Amino acid sequence: MITKRIIPCLDVKDGLTVKGVQFENLVVAGDAIELGRRYAEEGADELCFLDITATNEKRKTLAALVKRIAANINIPFTVGGGIKSVDDISVLLDSGADKITINSAAVRNPELVTQASQEFGEQCIVIAIDAREVAGEWYVHTHGGKQKTDIKLFEWAKEAQERGAGEILFTSMNNDGTKNGFTLEATRQLTDALMIPIIASGGAGAKSHFKEVFEQANADAGLAASIFHFNEIGIKELKDYLKAENIHVRG
Amino acid sequence: MKVAILRYNAGNTQSVQYALERLGVTPLVTDDPALLTSADKVIFPGVGHAHSAMNYLKSKQLDQLIPQLKQPFLGICLGMQLLCEHSEEGDTACLRVFPIKVVKFDERLAQQQSAKLKVPHMGWNNLQKLNGKITKGLTTNDYVYFVHSYYVELADYTTAQTDHIVPFSAMLEKGNFHAAQFHPEKSSQQGSQIIQNFLEL
Repeated sequence: MITKRIIPCLDVKDGLTVKGVQFENLVVAGDAIELGRRYAEEGADELCFLDITATNEKRKTLAALVKRIAANINIPFTVGGGIKSVDDISVLLDSGADKITINSAAVRNPELVTQASQEFGEQCIVIAIDAREVAGEWYVHTHGGKQKTDIKLFEWAKEAQERGAGEILFTSMNNDGTKNGFTLEATRQLTDALMIPIIASGGAGAKSHFKEVFEQANADAGLAASIFHFNEIGIKELKDYLKAENIHVRG
Repeated sequence: MKVAILRYNAGNTQSVQYALERLGVTPLVTDDPALLTSADKVIFPGVGHAHSAMNYLKSKQLDQLIPQLKQPFLGICLGMQLLCEHSEEGDTACLRVFPIKVVKFDERLAQQQSAKLKVPHMGWNNLQKLNGKITKGLTTNDYVYFVHSYYVELADYTTAQTDHIVPFSAMLEKGNFHAAQFHPEKSSQQGSQIIQNFLEL
């Protein structure tokens, strides 16, 4: 039977891993490749690298980083951060990324999702959605959460699936950085409404949070950053806990 | 040892190349029939669409060459499916090394199952009923990484099977031809073990 996945996410700036609290005040946590390799050895199922470098050289440095990751890491990995075009995707997949993730550019230009999935296959197109709940409605945000849109989470997620997204990476901005747990209700609505896998993100602070999001929200994968980077929870320790709780995981 | 990776229009040769390099082997990536024929081992990876991949192989006459190769040969993912008789993906006649059909996962059946299984089958799953030459050292507790929407039916040549919606062929073997539906190059130590076993044939 297919397992639930644990995905450490590494926000990368100039080759170093950084993680902010609620999308601000970045803190540096270590070398991206070293961390990634350590997670792979400890039993991470996939890795996610989000490049937050904002320079003109970005495209070149990101491709070089992807090559180094692919050469050093023997599990699948997703790369994202500022992808705007089919050409950007092509460069990253050719450099050895297994999947790419698009966020703001897909909201601005949904046709990019259609083009990308037709060109490279649905399995490698992950649509990342940052959303915040305001008065009972979930609104999609772009530009690292800085810009609110009027687009509703569930409508956009369904459209992304119809356009050929292979997975949805859903981050609750209300929960991100709080360590109070994933948002369960909205994640459950997504897994119920969509055919494609849902990766839950934002709020993981304890092992039990992963159990909740798998059991109660039926998420296919749980993604987290700081709890892994700062050694608050080890991947192996988390897997052992989930196995003891009868959640089907690898390792 | 000369290891050739067959170059064609269904990408992701890069990851297989890196996996071999981690095992100390520098492969040759080529579609040259002479180089493929003289290699000690040939690996046929692939991520892409069956129909366009077969068209490319035909344009290079590789559809004639591949079934004739005598050295240990490993098809991965789409490479495995192309070694079969026919694929529902684009209604494609394939290389007929294995007389087996490739069919699409039934999405309706997937939704009916209690766990609400998904298509594509994407993630880590385990191998059952292992009886192939290149799975030495692996057990049914070992997991490997899959990404696919079409699967190879169970057959006499099945040397490992996996359950997702239905049981299907995770690995095939017939003489010098070996095949894996999952990605050994992305399957952690277990995947490296399979590649290493193949290199030692």
